Amino acid sequence: MRNTLTLLLMLSGTWFLLSGHTSPVLLSLGLLSVAAVIACTSRLELVDDEGMPVHLLPGLIRYVPWLIGQIIRSNLDVARRIINPKLPISPSVIHVDAKRLTEVGRVTYANSITLTPGTISLDVSEETIEVHALTENAAADLASGEMARRVQRAEGT
Amino acid sequence: MSAAVDILSAVLLLVGTLFTLIGGTGLLRLPDVFTRLHAASVTDTLGAGAILLGLALAAGWSLLMGKILALLLIMALLSPSAAHALARAAIHGIRRPWLDEAQK
Repeated sequence: MRNTLTLLLMLSGTWFLLSGHTSPVLLSLGLLSVAAVIACTSRLELVDDEGMPVHLLPGLIRYVPWLIGQIIRSNLDVARRIINPKLPISPSVIHVDAKRLTEVGRVTYANSITLTPGTISLDVSEETIEVHALTENAAADLASGEMARRVQRAEGT
Repeated sequence: MSAAVDILSAVLLLVGTLFTLIGGTGLLRLPDVFTRLHAASVTDTLGAGAILLGLALAAGWSLLMGKILALLLIMALLSPSAAHALARAAIHGIRRPWLDEAQK
């Protein structure tokens, strides 16, 4: 029930954001399409805790600002290396541990790794994530496991 | 107040353009598909991020700002997925990453 309500709010919000219409006719048509979407997703049994992960929100609010800081820092580093005439890069492939994360945590972790310039996740398995790192610093940063710890804290396990 | 917002918006647009340019330069300069993906993610994150934030500030409090911020969120979710798909496709093909000799 709570998940259906969340979906209703999200869909109505998105509909209004993208259309901006306020006339009664269009609003009721919008409401009709929202109802149709909710009916379909309910029949497909997609409206559960996995489809509407509201419980992860408090953790994400703490995690995202830290991630943005990391992204800016590594952006500056990678940009400096690209414009350096000597091109000082030393690519390597490393494996980082992901055993202690849940499925959602592994996806968050792998996406955070890729989102941060200087590291890209190549392959994700149950136990480890294979990472391509552009520089030794980027590889060492990731190997320290700080990001994994923060993802773990964000999902509250 | 309005002048300060305008200046901040212009600075963000400039920073975004600069990082997009650097990302493009990296795409040309780096040696293989994996290292080039790193350059592409500079464009995806700080490049597109700063440009979109600058545009959101220029739009002011309106639905348009909401739409731009929604774009920012979508970019943040989609670009790592696309980059990972590319990298995974490359590693499962025959491409071996160009590695630093000293690291082996």
